[in-house]
Amino acid sequence: MAEAHPVGFQYVVEAKNRGARVIHVDPRFTRTSALAHTYVPMRAGADIAFLGGVINYILANEKDFREYVVAYTNASMIVGEDFQDTEDLDGLFSGFDPDLRVYDQSTWQYAGQGDVGQPEGAAHADRETASGLEQESHGPPVPADVPRDPTLQHPRCVYQILRRHYARYTPEVVERVCGVPRDQFLEVCAAWTANSGRERTTALVYSVGWTQHSVGVQYIRAGAIIQLLLGNMGRPGGGVMALRGHASIQGSTDIPTLFNLLPGYLPMPHHRQHETFRQWVDAIRHPEQQGFWANAEAYAVSLLKAYWGDAARPENDWGYGWLPRLTGDHGTYQQVLDMIDGRIKGYFLLGQNPAVGSAHGKAQRLGMANLDWLVVRDLFEIESATFWKDGPEVATGEIVPERCRTEVFLMPAASHAEKEGTFTQTQRLLQWREKALDPPGDCRSELWFFHHLGRLVRERLAGSTRPRDQGILNLTWPDEEPSGEDVLREINGFDVVTGEPVPNFTALKADGSTACGCWIYSGVFQDGVNQAARRKPGSEQDWVAREWGWAWPSDRRTLYNRASADPEGRPWSERKKYVWWDPDAGEWTGYDVPDFEKNKPPGYRPPDGATGVEAISGDDAFIMQGDGKGWLYAPSGLIDGPLPAHYEPAESTVRNPLYGRQANPTHKVYDRADSPINPRSAVYPYVFTTSRLTEHHTAGGMSRQLAYLSELQPEMFVEVSPELATERGLEHRGWAHIVTTRAAIEARVMVTDRLRPLRVDGRVVHQIWLPYHWGGQGLVTGDSANDLIGIALDPNVLIQESKAGTCDIRPGRRPTGGDLLAYVEQYRRRAENNDG
Amino acid sequence: MGVRTWIEGWPVYRQLTGTDPLGRGAAAQSARSKGLSARTGTVDSMARSVCPYCAVGCGQRIFVTDGKVVQIEGDPDSPISRGRLCPKGSASKSLVTSDRRQTRVRYRRPFGTGWEDLDLDTAMDMIADRVLQARDATWEDRDSGGRPLNRTLGIASLGGATLDNEENYLIKKLFTALGAIQIENQARI
Repeated sequence: MAEAHPVGFQYVVEAKNRGARVIHVDPRFTRTSALAHTYVPMRAGADIAFLGGVINYILANEKDFREYVVAYTNASMIVGEDFQDTEDLDGLFSGFDPDLRVYDQSTWQYAGQGDVGQPEGAAHADRETASGLEQESHGPPVPADVPRDPTLQHPRCVYQILRRHYARYTPEVVERVCGVPRDQFLEVCAAWTANSGRERTTALVYSVGWTQHSVGVQYIRAGAIIQLLLGNMGRPGGGVMALRGHASIQGSTDIPTLFNLLPGYLPMPHHRQHETFRQWVDAIRHPEQQGFWANAEAYAVSLLKAYWGDAARPENDWGYGWLPRLTGDHGTYQQVLDMIDGRIKGYFLLGQNPAVGSAHGKAQRLGMANLDWLVVRDLFEIESATFWKDGPEVATGEIVPERCRTEVFLMPAASHAEKEGTFTQTQRLLQWREKALDPPGDCRSELWFFHHLGRLVRERLAGSTRPRDQGILNLTWPDEEPSGEDVLREINGFDVVTGEPVPNFTALKADGSTACGCWIYSGVFQDGVNQAARRKPGSEQDWVAREWGWAWPSDRRTLYNRASADPEGRPWSERKKYVWWDPDAGEWTGYDVPDFEKNKPPGYRPPDGATGVEAISGDDAFIMQGDGKGWLYAPSGLIDGPLPAHYEPAESTVRNPLYGRQANPTHKVYDRADSPINPRSAVYPYVFTTSRLTEHHTAGGMSRQLAYLSELQPEMFVEVSPELATERGLEHRGWAHIVTTRAAIEARVMVTDRLRPLRVDGRVVHQIWLPYHWGGQGLVTGDSANDLIGIALDPNVLIQESKAGTCDIRPGRRPTGGDLLAYVEQYRRRAENNDG
Repeated sequence: MGVRTWIEGWPVYRQLTGTDPLGRGAAAQSARSKGLSARTGTVDSMARSVCPYCAVGCGQRIFVTDGKVVQIEGDPDSPISRGRLCPKGSASKSLVTSDRRQTRVRYRRPFGTGWEDLDLDTAMDMIADRVLQARDATWEDRDSGGRPLNRTLGIASLGGATLDNEENYLIKKLFTALGAIQIENQARI
């Protein structure tokens, strides 16, 4: 955090100065470690073993916040008789299909609900379309009336299943798998649990060190289980916080440029599952269940009204027929392989540099070299714009400029200072940026570019009667270039008759009388005022600072904050009061906007047969969940199991000490020769991981072009421990090269005890660390760490495993030209023959 | 210069007798530094902005004089960053003002060995033509079972995490209406 989010880290330092204890768990000693009381080194890729150990410590010692757990989580719910755990099946859950490598999830359901499992083939389609996790946002298909045992004694209640599942994650096992000495591990457990409960809360912060794994979603689930057990969710100073890495990466998920989503986490339709409008809407709202997703039809119709205006009518299902359909995996890695195969003709890169920033850089560049055309919109001449003339494959002869057919348009972009608009930062806060000046020369914003591209395309198609052109011709697309605020108004939503902005998403209607571009952002233009532009100085506000920017949904700064009060609506403690029930006023009140219906009392119980919002009890703090509870156990939705279990990374140097299953049985790989994965082999004996430097940003397009930053961190380097330097003959400040089955790259050697050998399962494991910012363009250049990394994906979200891999490291520079290809090939052959 | 002025100009004297015993403020000020003023005090305009690097969302103030950015500073009003910026945020003036920025469209024709100039309007027309050609050449009306597809797999896009919400909204809206579904960004990576 001190390295990659330094300004956020100021609060950690302040807390430390006020007496907080700071613990840092990381494969490498960083600037964060330097300011922590305790630094715990561990093996990259073993986090679930560590977190599972913490869960086991909590349960074995009954350190959970019992009142919170019984009231707000699904601990008491009873799971069906047919469920079998990894304990029973040596690392598999019940329902595994070895041919498709997915689970039929019907045996994971709560008791009596087995019939709401999935139709045949659904799990496979969910993995392909990264839609398994849609239950997180769309509400899971579970009814509210689940059998429960509030004493938590029933052998099939979630609490007992959790106990059995994590019983083997003992401190000894944590030491064996993670390389963390048991005393140090127990110190972390004691600190975490002692600082959680009625009077105190603990925050859990993660970054892509967690998401970029073949079990990444389950890492975060494991963290969430701990925070639920300790009562840290929905409360001030608690929570699970993703420290995201780009100015509006949260915003680009909410209003997605993602293949499987429409704005507000509505799913892109799937050709089989959502053939009709009714199938699509019912798949989102699950008619029988409780919670706010029950109103999904209003959100969906309002989006279609925003897209197609008057042309979206009840008789044409609001234009649903114009939406394109998914058939499977259309993610960025599938796309790259399709480019190599010649299936994709044109590619837009919008402030993104996959030649350096995406895994398996060679595949990225070879894909781009096989397009009809490529449009690169960026501030600088980045590597993804120049692969055809000076990329690494030009040096090896794999790309010859005179034979590379890709037509390239490098379109200069406007910077953040030269346009107005909102970024959504990592806490869901929208902040409006004022425009400081016009962009220079041909530089233009994306707003300008896409407005005019749409205008030009519509002019060319004008008058067409082809069915395929009606969606674009009927699109609401003004002739005049819109301002950022015009678009934000459309995102907020409005009454289609009066044009007045809607106050929030509860005002949206399914009858076509409202239009709304992104229902969760509804309210950002409340009262006709750009709420994201609010700038009351922090020094003039309380610590929640609600008059700065605007947070979705409905300006709530902490999600699920109903849980900051006890079931009766009283603060858990004076010290941690945040949102509470005021019985005299008959409403929820507090420092934040209550994440609950304002006037629903804590004692409210739904009538029999209630669904949707009416079915939410006065003590159901998790209002978007189909059962109103925080999920310790996920009875549906996750592709790879209802509970996190430790699997080794797709590339690992050790055999899984916990189960017979080596890697996540459902993780996704593309089985083709140009997308290889290192086998477990002495040829690739070391673990490597990558991360950011404070002084550079991602693929370097915004930092290696700047003189100050280039001077601060001028050269690609690799960090190794003194012990590994001795083992491989590596010299401090000398050259080394690192080899995987995909590439060999070179870097300057930094011998440092920031890395230390770990003892894992009885043997020494060496770890290597690399920054990933370098490429061939800019003021400072170097080889790209992402060239080393393969395409092994988490099955829930199709994100690649780039935080744990295996490699070799040798002294000296790598070979060049055709020799480089032969060198990597020779490694691959030796590994296949297991010839260490 | 009189003796009194000379003595009072001596920093140690001011430190011992004045209101600045630690010598970190007024006592240490020279005549030259006293005559200086912040360049941010004389600018034409100031825009309240947000840092474009990571997702913490630090407030920035962008100062403009004569149509040029003359300074970018942390915004002390921001309850998130309280005026602070990291090395990248502090360097963002040089991101915006860099002479290495591309300010003209560059074009590489198929099998070309170098960049060529291209007029912005011509480039936009060429891109619009290519989008429609790719779409028509790869259009899919229905799947083998007769269910609607309404799409093209001939066009892909990557990016958005560094862009504004309003921009991403238009990108998704336009591509969706065109039937292009292979729209991705850093959030998948």
